[in-house]
Amino acid sequence: MAERRRTWPVHLLLVIASVIMVVPFVWQILTLFKTTSEVSRIPPTILPQEFSLHAFETFFSTVPFWSMFAVSTGSLVLRVVGQVAVAALAGYAFARLPFPGRNALFGLFLAMLMVPSQLFLIGQYGLIRDFGLLDTLPALAIPGMFSAFGTFLMRQAFMNMPPDYEEAARLDGANPFQVFWHVMLPMAKPTLAALTVLTGLYSWNDLLWPLIVSPSGENRPLPVGLAGLQGQFGTDYPTLMAGAFVCSIPLVIVFLVLQRQFFRGIASSGLKG
Amino acid sequence: MGWALLFIAPATIGLVALYLWPFLSTLIKSFQDVPAFGPATFTGVDNYTELLGDGEVWQAFGNSALYTAIVLLGIPLAVVLAALIEQAGRGRTVYRVLFFLPVVTLPVAIGMVWRFIYNGDFGLFNYVLSWFGIDGQYWVADPRFTIYAFAAVGIWMGLGINLIILGAGLQAIPKAVYEASALDGAGRVRQFFHITVPLLSPSIFFVTILTVIAALQMFDLIFIMLRSVNNTALADSKTIVYLFYEKAFVQFQQGYGAAIAIVLLIVIMIATALQFRLQRSWVFYG
Repeated sequence: MAERRRTWPVHLLLVIASVIMVVPFVWQILTLFKTTSEVSRIPPTILPQEFSLHAFETFFSTVPFWSMFAVSTGSLVLRVVGQVAVAALAGYAFARLPFPGRNALFGLFLAMLMVPSQLFLIGQYGLIRDFGLLDTLPALAIPGMFSAFGTFLMRQAFMNMPPDYEEAARLDGANPFQVFWHVMLPMAKPTLAALTVLTGLYSWNDLLWPLIVSPSGENRPLPVGLAGLQGQFGTDYPTLMAGAFVCSIPLVIVFLVLQRQFFRGIASSGLKG
Repeated sequence: MGWALLFIAPATIGLVALYLWPFLSTLIKSFQDVPAFGPATFTGVDNYTELLGDGEVWQAFGNSALYTAIVLLGIPLAVVLAALIEQAGRGRTVYRVLFFLPVVTLPVAIGMVWRFIYNGDFGLFNYVLSWFGIDGQYWVADPRFTIYAFAAVGIWMGLGINLIILGAGLQAIPKAVYEASALDGAGRVRQFFHITVPLLSPSIFFVTILTVIAALQMFDLIFIMLRSVNNTALADSKTIVYLFYEKAFVQFQQGYGAAIAIVLLIVIMIATALQFRLQRSWVFYG
């Protein structure tokens, strides 16, 4: 018979911590309704003295937000669909289809998993440039369509499945692809969702790779465009905050709708560093 | 066998062309002088000897090490918060969502917001400090403070992920262990140190490994908070990956950049191996 404990001290501590977590977001939102002169007042005003939408106007009139949004979304979809398909196929083969050299090849995948991404950038950049793909949408997505991490995750998922269903399907005359497509893939849905969320998050947030392969500034995804905004409006904080807010809000909404998938994705695998 | 090849071919071709080959080319270039235009020439270990005598490289590694060390302080904080959230009953999801918000916010946007908060003249942070009679500083314009300022943001940004991983670990601890110890009169604090921490240690170890690897690769915050302003603090605040980016993709000294990347790989390997060695003394596999 466990004694019921008071929970208010727990909540008190958590509320204090939560306030610290959200203050930067609240400050961002309060700031984007202020005027440029108001934000440089000392001491700062908390609430906007005169409510202004000027920051949004400046942002939308100087930054091609919708084209950046389309580039971010397009490269995300390409990367996620590509990576999930490629990784699921390979993960299934590593888990269930024996072939000579399988362990050695899997070892190579694992080895690449350990290498930090910066080690690939110079070579990947060279390939993208030599194929004439700089400043294009595919350039943003292609390297991320192949992932040792995704392959590893899918292999784990398939290895943990009972072999009975596959055997039954095989006895019914299904070929390996039919077994994979109709039997195994549906059972791997939770892992597919986890991989989708992780890859999507990484694709959406990534700055360094898009920065390298978008030298001209055409086909810029949101992070690169937003970084450029800061170069242009270095001290116009309301406009910068409006830009940061508008560019971040799409993923925040997706997260609020699909929180469980996000948490599952992170919990099942950890985020690739 | 034929089927297996079809399944494995796309991933293998991608791995070889976009990972294995680029990795080998980075390794090769680290032994070459690679001009922006024209053919590369082999220069043996010249890049590495130059790198060892380059104060900028040492400073960048020092900055990254300092940043990583401070960000690690976020782990005990995450363990305490994860344990608190576990006891929060129905409010759990709300807290998890709030702590996760920085993870789903563009890092570039986070950098912009914090640059404003850290502003030395009219930033919110100095204003809050003034309530306590503490003098404000130019947190992201004075090289004495930049790394600490980044690290505070790094902790804030990383909490959400760490809490989810640790939360999953906490749920695996049998409730009976807590009930039994409560019957023996153990309070919350004792339970935290004698049950939660040891039984959670494999998850804490995993989070530590991920945190160190990610912290050693810090790039976005410095790019956003220092680069685009006329900021003299940048010269003294570069991290390894920022220096790599600058050498390889701004100055296009790809040979030298490649050598920096190889050293980063070695540092991460040593840091990870060291942690696996140290874990024997503190990680408890029940």
